[in-house]
Amino acid sequence: MKIDLTDTTASKINKALVQGRRAIGTPAVGMVLTMVIVTDEENAYDALKAAEEASHEHPSRTLLVIKRHARTPRERTRSRLDAEVRVGSEAGTGETVVLRTYGEVSDHADSVVLPLLLPDAPVVVWWPVDAPGVPSKDPLGALAQRRITDLYAVENPLRTLEDRARSYAPGDTDLAWTRLTPWRSMLAAALDQARVPVVSAAVEAEAENPAAELLARWLEARLRVPVDRVVSDGPVVTAVRLGTADGDVVIDRPEGPLATLSLPGQPSRTLALKVRSTSELIAEELRRLDADEMYAVALRGEAHEETPAHV
Amino acid sequence: MTTPVWTNPLRDPGDRRLPRIAGPSGLVIFGVTGDLSRKKLMPAVYDLANRGLLPPGFSLVGFARRDWADQDFAQVVHDAVREHARTEFREEVWQQLAEGMRFIPGDFDDDTAFKQLRDAVEELDASRGTGGNFAFYLSVPPKFFPKVVEQLKKHGLAKAPEGSWRRAVIEKPFGHDLASAQQLNAIVHDVFAPDQVFRIDHYLGKETVQNILALRFANQMFEPIWNRSYVDHIQITMAEDIGIGGRAGYYDGIGSARDVIQNHLLQLMALTAMEEPASFDASSLLTEKLKVLKAVKLPEDLGEHTVRGQYAAGWQGGAQVPGYLEEEGIDPASTTDTYAAVRLNVDNRRWAGVPFYLRTGKRLGRRVTEIAVVFQRAPHSPFDSTATEELGANAIVIRVQPDEGITVRFGSKVPGTSMEIRDVTMDFAYGESFTESSPEAYERLILDVLLGDANLFPRHQEVEESWKILDPIEEYWATNGRPAQYASGSWGPEEAYEMLARDGRSWRRP
Repeated sequence: MKIDLTDTTASKINKALVQGRRAIGTPAVGMVLTMVIVTDEENAYDALKAAEEASHEHPSRTLLVIKRHARTPRERTRSRLDAEVRVGSEAGTGETVVLRTYGEVSDHADSVVLPLLLPDAPVVVWWPVDAPGVPSKDPLGALAQRRITDLYAVENPLRTLEDRARSYAPGDTDLAWTRLTPWRSMLAAALDQARVPVVSAAVEAEAENPAAELLARWLEARLRVPVDRVVSDGPVVTAVRLGTADGDVVIDRPEGPLATLSLPGQPSRTLALKVRSTSELIAEELRRLDADEMYAVALRGEAHEETPAHV
Repeated sequence: MTTPVWTNPLRDPGDRRLPRIAGPSGLVIFGVTGDLSRKKLMPAVYDLANRGLLPPGFSLVGFARRDWADQDFAQVVHDAVREHARTEFREEVWQQLAEGMRFIPGDFDDDTAFKQLRDAVEELDASRGTGGNFAFYLSVPPKFFPKVVEQLKKHGLAKAPEGSWRRAVIEKPFGHDLASAQQLNAIVHDVFAPDQVFRIDHYLGKETVQNILALRFANQMFEPIWNRSYVDHIQITMAEDIGIGGRAGYYDGIGSARDVIQNHLLQLMALTAMEEPASFDASSLLTEKLKVLKAVKLPEDLGEHTVRGQYAAGWQGGAQVPGYLEEEGIDPASTTDTYAAVRLNVDNRRWAGVPFYLRTGKRLGRRVTEIAVVFQRAPHSPFDSTATEELGANAIVIRVQPDEGITVRFGSKVPGTSMEIRDVTMDFAYGESFTESSPEAYERLILDVLLGDANLFPRHQEVEESWKILDPIEEYWATNGRPAQYASGSWGPEEAYEMLARDGRSWRRP
């Protein structure tokens, strides 16, 4: 069911949530986290859809914070909060509150969000677009254990990547990094089979692709070899080559979901490497809510990595 | 193992996004045309591939008496996957998998077929990089086990080349009594090392069963009361609403106690009752489970504390169903039990005096498996007896299937001016708090076999110890009385209720 509230407050929203739950007869549900999505009206629909799909794996309370810009200057000074409470079938497996802030309250969205967080449950903030410069210092970001940004949604991804590296705090993560998991796990599996030291490496991708840069940095950090960045026609990352004494280990994905894996001395074989949907990426992000140390390593790249004990 | 230690620089324990992918390997399924293979194994293999948990080059070899080529086999797998897989069908995943499919037509005593199998395995090593690592899944009736393992040995398939592994996967029944179980173990262990034999008890692959250990040993609030000072008794139930269906040939003469209590229920009991393992590895778990199974003591009077039954004709869930003795292929004088309830005691410091009631049956009220830990009543109640009239005993119920989760039952005040206390429940449901579609048990177990992780597989010592518990009961039943009849769709025979009433307790309605 859906309850609309205009010019409201957090405590009225809380009442509406209880009322909604009573009405559909599920007074207690096992929601495991609160997901805060900060976005604009344009991206709200897609983001909410992705979050609701992800909520099938991680039932959550989703708070969608939309900062609105009123049209007239007089309206702009007036502060107002509108809310739309959705429970039951309309909200995936959890509850959804769409919050629209107008005027001054937009700068104090954290005061609305804080009372609506689930007690004692982790908080995740996701900025599909327009992430703050320093996510961990943002008032909403500071409420969260996990802060999800997306380098695919910025004007100048490589420069922003440097900013993210500088401002990294445990709990930061980026969907450009999440997109790499299938690549990384296939590369690790390929090395499991090849079992030889890697002496050179190259990442081929479309120009200015932040995921490719992260992948290259991760490889540099882990393999301790310089990694060539080769520009290809894309889409996104098209190939990774790891040079070994016996020959090249190559995963090549020129287009589509099918990649080819070649190992020295073995015939090549096909691999499924699909570009995943946003909801799958978000679901993966929510699986672990502790700091992602490997993301920090990849962000920093090879130069700053401390020597791991087990090498 | 004498392989040099190779550390993959791309792997790191801190990098927890990278899934546990099985190493280079292949799976050979004997009896690949069977129901289990089509409904569970093939879909599980596909689901694993779809989740990216199988290594590139993973190969699936089918072995059966069918005149099929590789493509025909791939088509059969394709259909099975389409129909039964849990995850969506993706063409690219299918292509990756289909390239590694081989089929070997033949009988189990056909030497040429096994020679072909050997050639296929070698060819896959060369063309797909399976690295000599193969698991042989014996999805065949137990009478064929000796033949198959002998053939594997004869054709050099059971012996792993240097630096690789060969594993055998077998399904229950693991014998029908202690002697036959020992014999079976001897045959299999003659060919495969004991730690390379994986016995599938699909219950142990279920999330809820693994969660018993998490519940008990990762939390502080349950373990302090998990003992004789607070627990009154424990009931472990596995009920099915179906009859024996088409399994008359297998079922008659075996019965529910051998089919279910010996493996599933005793495993659930061991996990519920065991002490904390030193670590979460296969050998520590085995040590603790064995300790519990060895401490199990049977009641002195088996007649008083065990019950067996057979379902009689009746109505179940709105459909008229025949009785067991009227089922096709069943001897009308059969004494095979379709319901069994036993009381066991665990003689150790933690559980002395706490009975464990185990029951299983076919054609019961509904399909349910659960473990109920029933607590003692409060030693003193400040409320007068009218206030607590409707208050039962506190209980923690682990719902294994369906609707996986945990229920806690306790008393609460009924709103109103008078003091009245009634039972309420607090509920944790897996489906609500975690993924809607948690992996199928077989997915987890096949992956564990390929990874060589034996945590969730009963070892031969446990199997033999379980038979030692059940054998005296079966012997007693063989010489005393007949199974009681119970109405289909009920919760078992009257005698089972009397059995608990003698102890001053009653069965939960699950």
